[in-house]
Amino acid sequence: MNALLPPITTAARRGIDVLEALRGALSALSANLLRSILTALGIFIGVAAVIATVAVGEGARRQVLAQIQSLGANLLIVWGGSATMGGVRLGAGGRSNLAWDDAVAIAREIPEVQVAAGSIRQTFQVVAGNQNWSTTVLATEPDYFIAHEWVADSGRLFSPEEAAGGRKVVILGATVAEMLFAEEDPVGREIRIRQTPFEVIGVMARKGQNPTGQDQDDTVFVPYWTARRSVMGASRANARQVGVISVKVHEGENMAAAEEAIRVLMRQRHRVAANEPDSVSIRNLSDIQATRDASARTLSTLLASVAAVSLLVGGIGVMNIMLVSVTERTREIGLRLAIGARRRDVLAQFLLEAVMLALLGGAAGVLAGIALSHILADVAGWPVLVRADAVLIAVGVSALTGLCFGFWPARRAAHLDPITALRHE
Amino acid sequence: MTALIETTGLTKHYPAGDGVVAALQDVTLAIAPGRFVAAMGPSGSGKSTFLNLIGCLDRPTRGSYGLMGEDVGALSHDRLADLRSRRLGFVFQSFNLLPRADALANVELPLIYRGMPKRLRRERAAAALAAVGLGDRMHHRPTQLSGGQQQRVAIARAIVGSPDLILADEPTGALDTRTGLSIMALFQALNREGVGILMVTHDPDVARFAERVLRFRDGRLIADETQSAASAEAALAALPEADAAA
Ligand SMILES: Nc1ncnc2c1ncn2[C@@H]1O[C@H](COP(=O)(O)OP(=O)(O)OP(=O)(O)O)[C@@H](O)[C@H]1O
Ligand SMILES: [Mg+2]
Repeated sequence: MNALLPPITTAARRGIDVLEALRGALSALSANLLRSILTALGIFIGVAAVIATVAVGEGARRQVLAQIQSLGANLLIVWGGSATMGGVRLGAGGRSNLAWDDAVAIAREIPEVQVAAGSIRQTFQVVAGNQNWSTTVLATEPDYFIAHEWVADSGRLFSPEEAAGGRKVVILGATVAEMLFAEEDPVGREIRIRQTPFEVIGVMARKGQNPTGQDQDDTVFVPYWTARRSVMGASRANARQVGVISVKVHEGENMAAAEEAIRVLMRQRHRVAANEPDSVSIRNLSDIQATRDASARTLSTLLASVAAVSLLVGGIGVMNIMLVSVTERTREIGLRLAIGARRRDVLAQFLLEAVMLALLGGAAGVLAGIALSHILADVAGWPVLVRADAVLIAVGVSALTGLCFGFWPARRAAHLDPITALRHE
Repeated sequence: MTALIETTGLTKHYPAGDGVVAALQDVTLAIAPGRFVAAMGPSGSGKSTFLNLIGCLDRPTRGSYGLMGEDVGALSHDRLADLRSRRLGFVFQSFNLLPRADALANVELPLIYRGMPKRLRRERAAAALAAVGLGDRMHHRPTQLSGGQQQRVAIARAIVGSPDLILADEPTGALDTRTGLSIMALFQALNREGVGILMVTHDPDVARFAERVLRFRDGRLIADETQSAASAEAALAALPEADAAA
């Protein structure tokens, strides 16, 4: 003890000042700014790419999900034509072997079924005042709106009586309403389909595109029997024919069982012999969803491996530069050990530097990835979604990378012999 | 009064090729607190080896070493670090300052490892810098300081933790005569305040400022003499005026 400075009374405390340690690490990294940036670049690029691709993938997944949901939940679509006809879809003028009464039978005889609605569609010019627009006219009954979960945005949907009574009423899809009436309210106005006047009783809520990219709102809805009598009737040989039957299965019921029951019922009704193929094909929209989910999972696995590889490469870069740094600063390490640093202090110092390096690279990568996602959204118009958990995981994994790859260099620093280190040139 | 340093048969062997080099052999001595001791000898005689053992930077092959009554031989790495931090201060021939940090931050460094709060640390470091005559250079970086000033910063760093002993290995080796003398004057001033100093030098002109001289040859302590120390202040004053600009 000497008289020069007051004695130190806080001798017991040997915790390290965290702020000081952070500042020290930052200053060490900024001392070799270019080198630090280049080293962090590996992790930066990896993280940015992963954040952006995950955002794009997630955006696309959400969009598909929303589209599928917009079609209606628990929905089975029954198409005319045998399974051997494969995916060949009957065109507007094609013949369907499905009849109005098939829908009635499905609704009546299969307990799992909530509603079944036949519909038929055909493209016509529709006219309102001096505006005209070519659109799909869909002739159906009110159950169709239940099956597809369509609701009116203004006005109302048609009633079963209107559907059965052949009244000339029409509901416009949002796109058609816009095209024919622009800003005006179409409800109560009149449009013409093939010269026949129809009263607009409602406008549908917007649904957007379906998974195949068609605008679902570019449609007008008319009661089935009205259409058969006044618009489509003449062009059809079979006046009770429908193109597809939309079946909504009760919530919680087994979709596969309902599907099988419909298949069997249709075989009976269409008098298909035992050795002949099915008369109808049935599509379950949740199958499409499952397929999409599976491909999304494959994509995420792929992304995860790309991320792992880029972080591995970035981590090796961090380790390399930390080893260089330890060698360069051997004397500094010797000095620190001589003036009272414990091994764990030196270990912590270098570990912190490595983690900071990786973390800064990762954080910058997250920001760049988010920016890139927004650019893709704005410029390319892709739906993107940056998920908070993806960001957290990316940041956490970069820190972990720094920790893992920084450990060995830091340990090497901590175990230097102070005398040798101080003599290092 | 217990001795500051007490060694018995202190021996250090280094492996070299097939055999070993006896860098230090059977050194037995005691140093009282608050003394200014010089260790002399030709190159390779074991001076630095001795200093490093005393500084708890190395462990002896044989023999024992007590620092203020505490047997150092058996201590763990952490305890040795703790001893270095509380009892000892190091001054090197090549200063060993951190180039990125200013004088104040360099002097603060040992206190960080003692977990001292920032405000206190700053105060002490500033006081230590003032004590070595650099109160007006606190925010200069090493590259903005002369060699003598850098060594003063290093000395401030050595005394900031109120050590019992400063260990200096050729502290004037990199300095010109006048600057070297001013460092010796500073050591003598610190010593008057009660700081013990153990200084390695091969230069008799430097060793004359110590009150005791240990002479080494081939790893052995061959002489241990007390002397009346010359005054470094007086030596400085006696230098021809022509050098005064330095
Ligand atoms: N780490 C080591 N490994 C092997 N031999 C060593 C080591 N350190 C020192 N020596 C040897 O021990 C002997 C004493 O070395 P030391 O450094 O103590 O000498 P010194 O008196 O300080 O010399 P100088 O005046 O040149 O600094 C020398 O022969 C040296 O070669
Ligand atoms: Mg030496």
